[in-house]
Amino acid sequence: MSTISIRKYASENGALAGLLVLALVIAIMQPAFLNAQNLLNVGVQAAVIAIMAFGMTFVVVAGGIDLSVGSIAALAAMVGALTAGPIGLLVGALCGLVNGALVSYGKLPPFIATLAMLSVARGLTLVFSEGQPHETDALVTFLGSNLAPMVPLPLLLMLAFFGITGLVLTRTNLGRRMYAIGGNEEAAKLSGIDVRRNKLWIYALSGLFAAAAGLVLAGRLGSAGPQAAVGYELDAIAAVVIGGASLSGGVGRATGTLVGALVLAVLRNGLNLLQVPPFWQQVVIGAVIALAALLDSLRRR
Amino acid sequence: MNALITARGITKHFGATKALDGVDLDIFAGEVHVLLGENGAGKSTLVKVLAGIHGHDAGTIEGHSSLAVIHQELALVPELSVAENLFLNRLPRKYGFVDRAEMRRRAPELLNRVGLNVDPDAKVKDLGIAQQQMIEIARALDKNAGVLILDEPTAVLTETETDRLLQIMAQLRDNGVGLVFITHHLDEIQRVADRITVLRDGRSVGVLGPKATTQHMIELMVGRPIDEQYPRAQQRPGQPLLSISGLTKRGVFEDITIEVHAGEVVGIAGLVGAGRTEVVRAAFGVDGYDHGKVEVDGKPLPSHNVQAAIKAGLGLVPEDRKGQGLVLTATVGRNLELVTLGNRDQQRLHDIAGKLRIKGRVEQPVKELSGGNQQKVVIGKWLLADPKVLILDEPTRGVDVGAKVEIYELINRMTAQGRAVLLVSSDLPEVIGMSDRVVVMAHGRIAGELPKGAIQDQVMALAVQEISA
Repeated sequence: MSTISIRKYASENGALAGLLVLALVIAIMQPAFLNAQNLLNVGVQAAVIAIMAFGMTFVVVAGGIDLSVGSIAALAAMVGALTAGPIGLLVGALCGLVNGALVSYGKLPPFIATLAMLSVARGLTLVFSEGQPHETDALVTFLGSNLAPMVPLPLLLMLAFFGITGLVLTRTNLGRRMYAIGGNEEAAKLSGIDVRRNKLWIYALSGLFAAAAGLVLAGRLGSAGPQAAVGYELDAIAAVVIGGASLSGGVGRATGTLVGALVLAVLRNGLNLLQVPPFWQQVVIGAVIALAALLDSLRRR
Repeated sequence: MNALITARGITKHFGATKALDGVDLDIFAGEVHVLLGENGAGKSTLVKVLAGIHGHDAGTIEGHSSLAVIHQELALVPELSVAENLFLNRLPRKYGFVDRAEMRRRAPELLNRVGLNVDPDAKVKDLGIAQQQMIEIARALDKNAGVLILDEPTAVLTETETDRLLQIMAQLRDNGVGLVFITHHLDEIQRVADRITVLRDGRSVGVLGPKATTQHMIELMVGRPIDEQYPRAQQRPGQPLLSISGLTKRGVFEDITIEVHAGEVVGIAGLVGAGRTEVVRAAFGVDGYDHGKVEVDGKPLPSHNVQAAIKAGLGLVPEDRKGQGLVLTATVGRNLELVTLGNRDQQRLHDIAGKLRIKGRVEQPVKELSGGNQQKVVIGKWLLADPKVLILDEPTRGVDVGAKVEIYELINRMTAQGRAVLLVSSDLPEVIGMSDRVVVMAHGRIAGELPKGAIQDQVMALAVQEISA
């Protein structure tokens, strides 16, 4: 490989390089990190944020943002626990659809529309649960369990959603339109793309993915809590941005988001193994997000 | 005489492509030095290297004078006043606060140097683009810039505004400023140039004197002789493909009726603000209208519905290439497939890119292409959809001579295949040279229609007419 192509590869996969360096540093400081069971744990811990972040990737590529994914996850899990898992998924997609309608037909800025949904969905979760956690049924509990020893289902689900996201982004018309809408909405419109209808589907997908993430989370815990997934939207956005997507739209990839979610999970796991106090962990994670965004903005220059 | 700036052997690479290859350039006090070349020839890169925005890989630059660049995208703050913009970043101060009195006292003096008579307290956003340009020039002069680089300043100006700018430039030259002027309008060059450096493929291919003929300039720039500037090959018109009848949008345009037949190119001429762009946007369904009718090949189109218009066989190349035509974050290929997303025939993308002679690979980010090549991408995405009628709104704005002729050839090819073209253009020789009929608009109405071979004066007479009602 020539110098130019190495440089090109590194610049296109900056997040991946960062992940490997991070893992290496942690492994040197605490060899237990490389323990197979621990690595699987990292994957499982990454799964919920990753699935949420895949949905977020669609929205961000299309030039929007979705602050409601954490609340939607909690609402879907709660509805799933009170009724059945699939109904939870449906409710999540519906919430997303409402987001999409507010953004495209109501012409609200995505930030405002989804901020409103963040509150509404969380509120509904509290209303339905009456403030109490509820046990999940066998189907949802299965989502969070091990398929076989050393084969955790959340990890497999994360990979499945990763595959779906990649396919949607690169091989479907909807995906191609996401890039066009996020890159230049006016040009997309003048090329005959029905921007409003597509946004509807994009936000609905994000809602659906958030709901799936919520079910996986509830499945792992065996119960849906009214305060589950609080603040997860910020981790999801961080994963997307660490993965190299641009918040101004038109840029972003499934691989990037996967790596972004893994960076966050590896970091949390590593900080735990190194016995960094939890309060300090927050500081370190924040610094890493800033660093990732900074490196990304440097390489774009 | 000492040069204000002396550049020798400037070489600049972007990745594997050589944007500049050993360019020499001298800028003297009291001259208008034109940089001429096709889009992608390296003019903008050279300017950026001179201004220190880009570094260079080889060569030397010696400067005995500070330098200011007036870019096409103006660097003004629209919400601030004229005076505040003039002194941006170095506002006069008294006791640590902005000294407004001093600012108002000094502003007229600066504005006078560029012959601008506006209220220093007016907000910049309320001024016309030509006046804004003058403000930026005034600001540069106040910083004692000995060299002023103007990057395609006239592209956004009307004819009178252009005249005014050229006068000011001549005045500045007489006062000893060294001016570097980039433009695609050869007539402007003949009016003000003292010397012309022609660039081609990153190399300086000649330095011409003020008496250079247009023919000579074009041939040097393109590197081959060009037979005809407007090679329109007329067809016998067939059935009507686009009929716009009685189209009205209150306060914008009124009672517009235009018919375009198969094999025909119909031009729409008029002054900026006559309502031409508004009419074609409404016809294409981007904006709504109050009443009237649009038919494509006999079928009426619903109002305000771009998808239906495209389905019926209409296409629009919008006037603002970067703002409305391209997805700049995407590759050439992704842009080409924008209209025909359902169709995944990669071979056709490569074919069309080759046919359009787009310089650049299909996988290349479209923002790396020059203006002319970007415009070919926008046209290409429509050719893939094979529309019955293609509306071109200012298709050659900011496009170099070589690419212009290629776009004209595309128009010819379309009409030879029985398609029709509606051509909106502010470039009079172009709209007259390429159209079979010219519709002239003024004040939102049709002022008249002229046959092939109309002369510029006739078009202008209609375009500037007052409303009689």
